[in-house]
Amino acid sequence: MDKSLEFKEKLSSGFDSLEASLNGGSKLPLHEIRKNSLKFFLEANYPTLKDEEWKYTNLTGLLDLNFEFPDNKSSLLIESELEEFLSEREKYYNLVFINGVFSPESSDLIKFNGIIVSDLKFAVRNYYNLIEPHLGKIINPEFTIFTALNSAYINEGVFIHAHKNKVLDRPVRIVYFNNSDRNYIYQPRNLFLLEENSQVKVIEVYASSNESTYFTNSVTEGLVEDRAILEHVKLQQESKSAFHITATDISVKKEAQYHAYNVAFGSILTRNDINARFAGEHSEITLNGLFLGSGKQLIDNHTLIDHAVPHCRSHQLYKGVLNGLSRGVFNGKVMVRKDAQKTNAFQENKTILMSDDARIDTKPQLEIFADDVKCTHGATIGRLNEDSIFYLRSRGFGLELARTTLINAFATDAVHTITIDDIRNQIEEMIAANLSS
Amino acid sequence: MIEIKNLRAAIDGKEILKGINLTVNNGEVHAIMGPNGSGKSTLAQVIAGREEYEVLEGEVIFNGKNILELSPEDRAREGIFLAFQYPVEIPGVSNVNLLRNALNEIKKYRGEDALDAMDFLKMMKERMKLVNMTQDLLSRSVNEGFSGGEKKRNEIFQMAVLNPKLGILDETDSGLDIDALRIVASGVNALRSKENSFILVTHYQRLLDYIVPDFVHVLYQGRIIKSGDKSLALFLEEKGYDWINEHAEEFVAN
Ligand SMILES: Nc1ncnc2c1ncn2[C@@H]1O[C@H](COP(=O)(O)OP(=O)(O)OP(=O)(O)O)[C@@H](O)[C@H]1O
Ligand SMILES: [Mg+2]
Repeated sequence: MDKSLEFKEKLSSGFDSLEASLNGGSKLPLHEIRKNSLKFFLEANYPTLKDEEWKYTNLTGLLDLNFEFPDNKSSLLIESELEEFLSEREKYYNLVFINGVFSPESSDLIKFNGIIVSDLKFAVRNYYNLIEPHLGKIINPEFTIFTALNSAYINEGVFIHAHKNKVLDRPVRIVYFNNSDRNYIYQPRNLFLLEENSQVKVIEVYASSNESTYFTNSVTEGLVEDRAILEHVKLQQESKSAFHITATDISVKKEAQYHAYNVAFGSILTRNDINARFAGEHSEITLNGLFLGSGKQLIDNHTLIDHAVPHCRSHQLYKGVLNGLSRGVFNGKVMVRKDAQKTNAFQENKTILMSDDARIDTKPQLEIFADDVKCTHGATIGRLNEDSIFYLRSRGFGLELARTTLINAFATDAVHTITIDDIRNQIEEMIAANLSS
Repeated sequence: MIEIKNLRAAIDGKEILKGINLTVNNGEVHAIMGPNGSGKSTLAQVIAGREEYEVLEGEVIFNGKNILELSPEDRAREGIFLAFQYPVEIPGVSNVNLLRNALNEIKKYRGEDALDAMDFLKMMKERMKLVNMTQDLLSRSVNEGFSGGEKKRNEIFQMAVLNPKLGILDETDSGLDIDALRIVASGVNALRSKENSFILVTHYQRLLDYIVPDFVHVLYQGRIIKSGDKSLALFLEEKGYDWINEHAEEFVAN
């Protein structure tokens, strides 16, 4: 049998038991989205290198996995392994998923003062009226075959809702922690809704404590209404045998701000699609990213900023550090529609290749249909500056420290505007640890 | 302090240093002069451990150790400091960060405790005065956007903080206005002691008015062709390098 057919069969086999577990949930309109998405998943072509959107990313490795679907038994809490990713608990609202299953014991569910932070299952039961208008409607479930797969299994994930004028006092930290070697497929689905003039900070952590094989296929949708501000950090450091595919889609209304920081230490294969759309004037979007690859890792970042309305400003800075045989992809699309006058769009991708065999494919794509706009883009590929390394060594820095210092300096401007100090520091420490390993 | 014996070094297959012999004792200041391209910076960089240069022959003994076998960082930790002719700019790394790490690395090597934050700040303040370093320059990224003179002053400031046994100043005086020159010179003089030595690479007698050397050497086409006391610098200033060119044959023959 064709491998991709087998793949589809394997991955649709969990649908019936999900459906059975939903009880009354299968009567909600949400279930229609699941069913339609499953249908699309089964009918769509499995991407190959011939598809323009996947030309650098070979997905055949995924076809060989014998997937299992996580169930309640898969949630094995190993406190000590988890602790590392839950440092300074009290500074955050934490939502923890262990091997694909929400862990209420390790999480803080909150509903107060007009803010809801909860797992998605709970939210579907209790706040369905808030969810219904948006879930599966900000992102097109048929965006890719993987978005459809995720949409067919919408169940676990996180729901955040901020009422008008509410400012969440701590960042929400979502930890997706995996350490099972049973070829689990994890499909988190997140929905962030920020009403007018509200403010929320979210950190998504995808982590693993070992080299287990699994497939994370997550989707995040968000709506940032007028004058609201969403800061969104995604920190991914997964097993070197894991596959990770994510799609994010955020809609930004009038005078609102969305700031995303996509920090990837990768898995064996990582694909990020981040789409952000201006749906109101005088708004601001940041899509920054930092990716560090080593070994045989592939980290593929696709971004799309849709300037659909005038007077908006977007900023994209993607920095890559690639070691060993690793490969990076940056494909940044900026669309400036006919009416989007006075658009200001900045895009830059800078990569340092640390070895002869590392490789980056970078492709800026600007599609500009308005005439009164300011759009700049650039891409550079280089190596660590030998003069700088020698300079630091001549001051007593060991070679290792000289390198990490320079790489940190190179990398930090992609993340220095993160307003959560602890996270910035954590990223710096992760960079140092990554380089010395 | 340092003893350089028959040092020959090449870069990209081209021999630049063709047998350098030079001994600097504790507490001495030596000036090295010589025309452009004669190999002065090459000598400085080879002593500091730049790996692009291939050492073909010879030894460099620093306080009893043959440092040619040491990494650049270990040479720095042993007490060698090079003030670069062209200091690099390092965006994203602050001067404070550089110096704190450098000091700690050096102390670790020597088995000493790291400086605590208070002592470090106190020491920085003290050394800043020595070369009129401003807080603004200190907190900025290393040399980024610094004027030529500010970069040179920063080199001397770093040297003052790291307090090396041997300071090699590669044309630190070039590009300095007269006030800055005085400041840099008084900084060096303040660091001068019976234990510390300096090698000053310069083109100008002017610097030597402020930092009076014990010896002056002329480097020409990869060899030291003449050595003398400070009057040699005056002599060169008067006669120019043309004079050397004309008499080079005799020197080399000697
Ligand atoms: N990569 C290289 N390949 C070949 N020759 C080189 C290389 N790098 C330097 N040189 C040569 O080495 C020689 C010595 O250079 P060096 O910088 O040591 O001179 P210098 O005495 O410091 O001169 P200046 O007074 O101009 O600073 C020069 O002729 C230079 O062109
Ligand atoms: Mg020179």
